[in-house]
Amino acid sequence: MTLMNSAQWIDVMNEKDLLQGTGKKVVYKGNEIAVFKAMNGDVFAMENKCPHKGWGIVDGMISGKHVYCPMHDRKINMDSGLVEKPDTGCVQTFQTEVSNGKIRIAFPIT
Amino acid sequence: MKKKLVLIGNGMAGVNVIEHLLKLNADRYDITIFGEEPHPNYNRVMLSKVLAGDVSMDTIILNNDDWYVENDITLYKGEKVTQIDSEAKTVVSSTGKVVPYDDLIIATGSSAFMLPLPGVEKDGVIGFRDMQDCETMKKAAKTYKKAAVIGGGLLGLEAARGILNLGMEVDVIHLGPHLMERQLDPTASHMLQQALEQQGMNFLLQKQSSEILGGERATGLRFQDGTSIDADLIVMAVGIKPNVQLGREAGLHVGRGIVVNDVLETSIPHIYAVGECAEHRGISYGLVAPLFEQGAVLAKKLAGTETAPYEGSLVYSKLKVSGVDVFSIGEFMEQDDVQGITIHDAYSGVYKKVMIRDEKVVGAILYGDSSDSTRLLSFIKNETNIADLKKTDLLTNVDGGTESVGVAHMSDDEIICGCNGVSKGDICQAIKEQQLQSVEEVKKVTSASGSCGGCRPQVSELLTLTLGNDYDSSKEKTKMCSCTDYSRDEILEVIKDKQLTYVREVMHVLEWKTEEGCSKCRPALNYYLGMIYPKQYEDDATSRFVNERMHANIQKDGTFSVVPRIYGGVTTPAALKKIAEVAEKYHIPTVKVTGGQRIDLLGVKKEDLTNVWEELDMASGYAYGKALRTVKTCVGDTYCRFGTADAMGLGIHLEKYFERLETPAKVKMAVSGCPRNCAESGIKDVGVVAIDGGFELYVGGNGGVNVRAGDHLVTVKTEAEVVETIAAYLQHYRETAHYGERTSTWVERFGLAAIQEVLENKEERERLLLAMQQALSQYKDPWKKVIESKEKQKHWYEVVSVPE
Ligand code: SRM
Ligand SMILES: Cc1cc2nc3c(=O)[nH]c(=O)nc-3n(C[C@H](O)[C@H](O)[C@H](O)COP(=O)(O)OP(=O)(O)OC[C@H]3O[C@@H](n4cnc5c(N)ncnc54)[C@H](O)[C@@H]3O)c2cc1C
Ligand code: SF4
Ligand code: FES
Repeated sequence: MTLMNSAQWIDVMNEKDLLQGTGKKVVYKGNEIAVFKAMNGDVFAMENKCPHKGWGIVDGMISGKHVYCPMHDRKINMDSGLVEKPDTGCVQTFQTEVSNGKIRIAFPIT
Repeated sequence: MKKKLVLIGNGMAGVNVIEHLLKLNADRYDITIFGEEPHPNYNRVMLSKVLAGDVSMDTIILNNDDWYVENDITLYKGEKVTQIDSEAKTVVSSTGKVVPYDDLIIATGSSAFMLPLPGVEKDGVIGFRDMQDCETMKKAAKTYKKAAVIGGGLLGLEAARGILNLGMEVDVIHLGPHLMERQLDPTASHMLQQALEQQGMNFLLQKQSSEILGGERATGLRFQDGTSIDADLIVMAVGIKPNVQLGREAGLHVGRGIVVNDVLETSIPHIYAVGECAEHRGISYGLVAPLFEQGAVLAKKLAGTETAPYEGSLVYSKLKVSGVDVFSIGEFMEQDDVQGITIHDAYSGVYKKVMIRDEKVVGAILYGDSSDSTRLLSFIKNETNIADLKKTDLLTNVDGGTESVGVAHMSDDEIICGCNGVSKGDICQAIKEQQLQSVEEVKKVTSASGSCGGCRPQVSELLTLTLGNDYDSSKEKTKMCSCTDYSRDEILEVIKDKQLTYVREVMHVLEWKTEEGCSKCRPALNYYLGMIYPKQYEDDATSRFVNERMHANIQKDGTFSVVPRIYGGVTTPAALKKIAEVAEKYHIPTVKVTGGQRIDLLGVKKEDLTNVWEELDMASGYAYGKALRTVKTCVGDTYCRFGTADAMGLGIHLEKYFERLETPAKVKMAVSGCPRNCAESGIKDVGVVAIDGGFELYVGGNGGVNVRAGDHLVTVKTEAEVVETIAAYLQHYRETAHYGERTSTWVERFGLAAIQEVLENKEERERLLLAMQQALSQYKDPWKKVIESKEKQKHWYEVVSVPE
């Protein structure tokens, strides 16, 4: 679920500061965003909030395009934000890009 | 007016008839049940599992007291029927009750056959038939050490396994030259014997018992050849004899059992017999599958519904001993007109044999892998002509080939789970209505496959049949996870064989089904690799759960908790001051004394973690790890008037010696200064209890979800021996347990005796000690590693704040 009606691109960190297979918490305007880098180098960003209990997902284990919630192991698709069946729910995701060595996120304007 | 139905025998067969009858026609009868045992109806098959400690007594109750009340059944528990008067149509009970009947069911089952040896009446000599026998064995195990089981058949071996789990030594005495000769050929029998010997059973074959020794209580057993053994508990498992006395006295026609026709009528009108006490077409069955089939027919007959006749049952046997997989059905020895096809893979311990007569399967033995049982069963049941099949295909899993003969073609009321009488229809309905996804779930809801497990493959097939592609049976096996079809042992073998050294390499070589594994297999592989190559392996932090990756426990609000080591629970004013100062400085909201005798700082922000560690300047307590956790101690002889050893000193030493050791699951220890055991050594993975002049070691205790008291491993004299024994023990655990398996489950799976044997083997012990040394030599404090590395701090502990 990507909200892209109107968005503003923000620089969040140097690309090299995010290790493959890890996530980092970014705080912007009081919002918590989890930025993940998959093993193949792809970068994803999503709200740091698991649909299950609303707790943080940024410290989850990453596997392929998925992150496993560190709290109760829900498997979440980092691209679509969808929770793998039989569990349900969806996390808000943000578009990302890497340019000039920086990771940028499309943050929606509300 | 309702007719009166009396049932004699509140056991599996009788009550099953009543259950069916109530469903068909609840208003036809006033029902009265007499049961000699003081319990409601329970699942006798599961007594083996109760004895082995796998399940508790109350979980095997099939119909609780409320059930009888709800169904208006008058139940007389603990009351025996002593007489049937078929003229007056009444029964008389041991308390003198006279109850009239219109129809009478005899379902008195059988009793254990006791060899008429001199001394058989002594205390400590029992059969294995009911809850009482189970209790007797459990009680004996508390006081006595040596048991003997007479009879190396299904029941005897299950009894022996249970007794081993109770911590006794056990000799199995068998008359013939090989075990389970009524189900197995010599080859399979030998394989079984070897596997059970490894579990700690001792066998005396071709031995004929002649006398039970002892005074009031049995102390031993003498054999015809003059030799003898010690035994404080003697279990006879040489066969059963149907309880026919009552029927015989009532004038019924009795052979081996009470003779019945195809609708379960005895020779006197209005009297029926069902279950083990009955004899049908010359056969008295000793298994449950037939009694459910008989029960269904009898219930229909009584309800006045039309029924097909009962024409006999096809039975198979499955040994319920964990760690061995044995299935047998029908004929299994070659004869002039019967040929066998065999596969014998001694390396993996698999042996399969299928018997064929006139192009039809007439029997089979499956040892080590019974996954073909469903298919063979249906070949036999349907008398399928196999002329067109390549004979060796009978024993290989040819996908698709099974469909035409499998569960799909069974009718809905055919029984799938013989042990619990669950039909195909029951299972499919439960799968659909309750959206069941796995065999485990089906077992929970319907109890199918919950007893001997023999029908597991069929239940699995029913899931496929009902759910179609949504059901993935590969998740079911003991496979590591759904990413692979290999088991832990197979994977470890390949890692060692091919010297694989990275998580991803293992996945690649073993053709993982997912690209990068999942949260189950990755941490497991990371552990196994580290265990196999303690020196070379470079830990893969991304394959660890958050707590182990961060070296702190995550809390629900995303903060962490910090638990420094307080060795043996003994601290100092200076250390306490330091903890207090750090807690204040970093505004740590909660400071709590843990259940493990140390202090927990809860609510530390991720970005503060490294500073907190640095300022504490203490070692990590590994409260987050599959590793050594705490070593709890009591004050011991330093202060306590009862103490017999320096419990604090030994506890601190153990904690320092084994700290940072990574294990398949967390390991907790305790040291108590005397048997009052104030450090709770009895519920720890390793517990030490000092006694005058020595130390008792307890292992496999657990105080968590499934509380388990530790088993006594050994008693040693010196502190050095304590450390050495624990080192060898833990290394054996590290090498053989599944990732995530606590010692409590591991000890149950391997059996205490088998573990003791490994530790007593001098060569093996030396090897284990060396391997432990190597493992311990390469660990470094993880907090220190982070403090020393700016890079690690940046990569793992940074939180980014983007200015608005
Ligand atoms: C901090 C502590 C509770 C306390 O405040 O006292 C604790 C806290 C947790 N325990 Fe515990 N256990 C604590 C002592 C125990 C004890 C008592 C003991 O060790 O003497 C037990 C029972 C003994 C045993 O393990 O045999 C215990 C049995 C468990 C279990 C069940 C384990 C089992 O095999 O059944 C879990 C769940 C698990 O490991 O999967 C668990 C899991 C947890 C976790 C790690 C849950 C988690 O994964 O997040 C808790 C972390 C809380 C947190 O957010 O920080 N904790 N836990 C104790 C830390 C002791 C220490 O100093 O290291
Ligand atoms: C340890 C163990 C493991 C087993 N494992 C398996 C297995 O894996 N697979 C399998 O198929 N089978 C197994 N069996 C066999 C199975 O339990 C029996 O076949 C089944 O219980 C027989 O049922 P039944 O109702 O005929 O007899 P029972 O279940 O024995 O019931 C008869 C009841 O009648 C009572 N009774 C007897 N006489 C009187 C009287 N005069 N008045 C009142 N009550 C009376 C008895 O006390 C008893 O409670 C096992 C048996 C044991 C003991
Ligand atoms: S018992 Fe243990 S796991 Fe459960 S809430 Fe308490 S600390 Fe957490
Ligand atoms: S909070 Fe994410 S799985 Fe429970």
